[in-house]
Amino acid sequence: MNFELTEDHIMMREMVRDFAETEAAPGSEERDEKEEFPMELWKKCGGLGLTGVTFPEEYDGAGADYISYAITVEELSRVDASLGVTISAHSSLCANPIYIFGTEEQKKKYLAPLARGEKMGAFGLTESMAGSDASGTRTTAVRDGKDYVINGSKIFITNGYYADTYVITAQMDKSKGNKGISAFILEKGTPGFTFGKKEKKMGIRSSATYELVFENVRIPAANLLAQEGQGFKVAMTTLDYGRIGIASQALGIAQGAYEQAMKYAKEREQFGKPISALQAIQFKFADMATSIEAARLLVYQAAFIASEHKIPVSKYAAMAKVFASETANKVTTQAVQILGGYGYTRDYPLERMMRDAKITEIYEGTSEIQRVVIAASILKD
Amino acid sequence: MNIVVTVKQTFDTEAKIVLDGKGNIDGSGVNLVINPYDEFAIEEALKLKEKFGGEITIVSVGGEAATKAIRTALAMGCDKAVRVDDPALADADEWAVAEILGKVVSKLPYDLILSGRIAVDDGSSQVAVRLADALGVPSVSSILKLDIEGTAATVTREIDGGTELIEVKLPALFTAQKGLNEPRLPSMKGIMGAKKKEIAVQSLADAGADPGAVAAKMIVPKLSLPNPRLAGKLIPGEAPDAARELAKLLREEAKVI
Amino acid sequence: MAKGIWIIAEQSKSEIRKVSLELLSRARQIADATGEPLVAVIPGYGVADLAGKAAPYGADKVILIDDERLAKYTTGAYTSALGKLIKKEEPRAVLMGNTAVGKDLAPRLAQRLGVGMASDCTGMETDAANFLSFRRPIYGGKAFAEVAAKSVPALATIRPNTFTLAEPDPSRKPEIVKAPADIDAADLRAVVKEVALAVSARPELIEADIIISGGRGMKGPENYKILEECADVIGAAVGASRAAVDAGWIDQKFQVGQTGKTVSPTLYIACGISGAIQHLAGMGSSKVIVAVNKDPEANIFAVADYGIVGDLFEVVPLLTEEFKKLAS
Repeated sequence: MNFELTEDHIMMREMVRDFAETEAAPGSEERDEKEEFPMELWKKCGGLGLTGVTFPEEYDGAGADYISYAITVEELSRVDASLGVTISAHSSLCANPIYIFGTEEQKKKYLAPLARGEKMGAFGLTESMAGSDASGTRTTAVRDGKDYVINGSKIFITNGYYADTYVITAQMDKSKGNKGISAFILEKGTPGFTFGKKEKKMGIRSSATYELVFENVRIPAANLLAQEGQGFKVAMTTLDYGRIGIASQALGIAQGAYEQAMKYAKEREQFGKPISALQAIQFKFADMATSIEAARLLVYQAAFIASEHKIPVSKYAAMAKVFASETANKVTTQAVQILGGYGYTRDYPLERMMRDAKITEIYEGTSEIQRVVIAASILKD
Repeated sequence: MNIVVTVKQTFDTEAKIVLDGKGNIDGSGVNLVINPYDEFAIEEALKLKEKFGGEITIVSVGGEAATKAIRTALAMGCDKAVRVDDPALADADEWAVAEILGKVVSKLPYDLILSGRIAVDDGSSQVAVRLADALGVPSVSSILKLDIEGTAATVTREIDGGTELIEVKLPALFTAQKGLNEPRLPSMKGIMGAKKKEIAVQSLADAGADPGAVAAKMIVPKLSLPNPRLAGKLIPGEAPDAARELAKLLREEAKVI
Repeated sequence: MAKGIWIIAEQSKSEIRKVSLELLSRARQIADATGEPLVAVIPGYGVADLAGKAAPYGADKVILIDDERLAKYTTGAYTSALGKLIKKEEPRAVLMGNTAVGKDLAPRLAQRLGVGMASDCTGMETDAANFLSFRRPIYGGKAFAEVAAKSVPALATIRPNTFTLAEPDPSRKPEIVKAPADIDAADLRAVVKEVALAVSARPELIEADIIISGGRGMKGPENYKILEECADVIGAAVGASRAAVDAGWIDQKFQVGQTGKTVSPTLYIACGISGAIQHLAGMGSSKVIVAVNKDPEANIFAVADYGIVGDLFEVVPLLTEEFKKLAS
């Protein structure tokens, strides 16, 4: 048993941290304020290979493991959770299902430009009547000669509008429930594929969240991902891995908030000494640090399992996600508390971090769904 | 175009300096980085390689700890590395290091040698220029711009109060000043690829240097920490009063105006 | 037996640079204590007039190396000429300023002579064990090293503003000799095509007695004129912190700090500079430090002799006015 990161991991962390602090941190408040998508940063992420960390070199990825990916999303989210989720949704929810389920042609055509960061990816599963329960999917796909024709809409789509490549699910046979769902690869610009409402959100405001609208969108049969009827499986597998990304995002937010609060507590003097000398504050930090370490161990363990492919990652990813996201919420709340009135103002990044943290308990499976996944797995054993 | 870049591992410039019980610098817990000026040299080498092709070899004198700096350089895109490590190097001074580097570099094909203009640890700014003399090639220090055409280089060098434009025949050595370029970060792919690249570790004998002949010319330095500066007076009052009081103190008390 | 302390004098605009005169001043004291002759060596072209300018600062002898090939400084030609003269004359010590020239010339000369060298020294003493020992900052001034050479001559570069300039003594009449410049063809492979000196009436940063620096608190490039106005009243140079340079507000040649210039003026006025450890490393040896910063908790106040907690945009122009009053 060895808890040490490898030299590569350490170098990757330094590289991503350097990038995050010099390039992403300076404009993060302004982007949050203006709800401005970090397009320039996205391009730079591509140049550094942060857009294809886990994919093999033959598809222009870096060929690194999931721990490298977790470190990447963690370090980006430590200063800017919106950028963290942009990379996470692109990698885990679009590039990854194409990598796992795609044909060789699909991987060459779609995965490689995604991994290079030339194209951005998004994933369309959620609908107004299909949130935690995918069987409510109302978007339909109908086979028509050599094509599929898709109708319906998807909501809350991270990277929507900005992304070039979309993996979406659609119902082909309602009578079969989940087994009637299929997954497809859709390109931006396909006639009939438009974008609806842009969500105005509480947090991660510089990430883009859009509605996707399909009106007789005709795509070639070659864009079917996996087999007809396997869409639910594609979605569930995708989310298993995706949770590692969101767990890493939550971990990064927690770490960033902890550091900001620590810096403040050492400088801020009350009653003639730094507030970090007060036991009431020290105990908060002790609890924060302990939760963050526990979250990190769970996240890296899930990432390790995802890389090794020896046992199913589902339970571990769900545990990492539920624990890290709840940690992010606890830690950011305490961090704001430590800064008091200043923490509540926009002069410090902590109120943003607290707003950003909330979504990690909701998307890619709510905390309640994570517990369903964990319970199902442990009760089966 | 074959390029040699000299690299040194140094403390992070944010590091606090502490002495251990024996009066030596205590490096425990200090984050080690590539000497920041060496990064400018590496970046310039990478740009030249992108333009002219060829191979970039990193050369470094240092213990196992220097491997991290070398790996970073390889991850940025350099091709291979030589690290000289020998117990006899414990007290090596700038003269010795330059002699040893000279032995190593003279066996490599090179058109150009690039170095940082100074290492932020010992701050001596000697080894690169000494290396050029050991090799018998011209050198230009503190360059801000480098253009190469054929076997001639045109460089802009920073001097006190301005710059000068110098033409020099290759092979030559240049030391990089901040402003020469913006060093890239290693990419994910670069980091993954770096471990497949060769780092040859050589002893003094491997490098062709006789330990006796490279004995230090300087006695081992005695280190101390500066006396901490104490905080002085905060001048109270509204800005106009404070400014008047400050000017008065600078003239009458400190006598510096 | 090696004999004499040599100061390699550097010239600028037909004058001997201040740092060279500071070196002569300090070396005179050591020469008096040790009985070693003090020699000013002036390499260049058309430098005969400069001998008289070095004389009042204590040289017993002036050696002029007057040669067209030394008109502009190049590493090779200067190394060749000085290296051969040093080998021939065998001085005990060779000292020069830690300037752009000194930093480049001294190490090359050291390697050619096969000797050790002490760079960027901020102190020089003499004792029985080592003819000269030097104190030099390392880690950007976060620590100091006491060094001395086993080899002869002792070679060192000294940081400008380290030693106090002596009162010039016009009665001193040193012996003035000319030495030929023996330069190898192999040392003439670099040619200076053009020298571009910034048109500025302000003193050179590393030699300035007073520096007024601006950091992150300057908020933008346009605001440096506030510092420039103040600088021109008190004859100061303008400097900057890394934060301001990295933000692109001011050229990196103005950067003071561990990855910029190391300075030790008599007075350093830090405006809107928080006092990051790497900045303090570059200016910590200043004799008097003044800080103007809006944030009362800024680190810079921990090292400042005088501090004003306030808005630099308000305080600095007022200070400029006060300095004007003092000047008049």
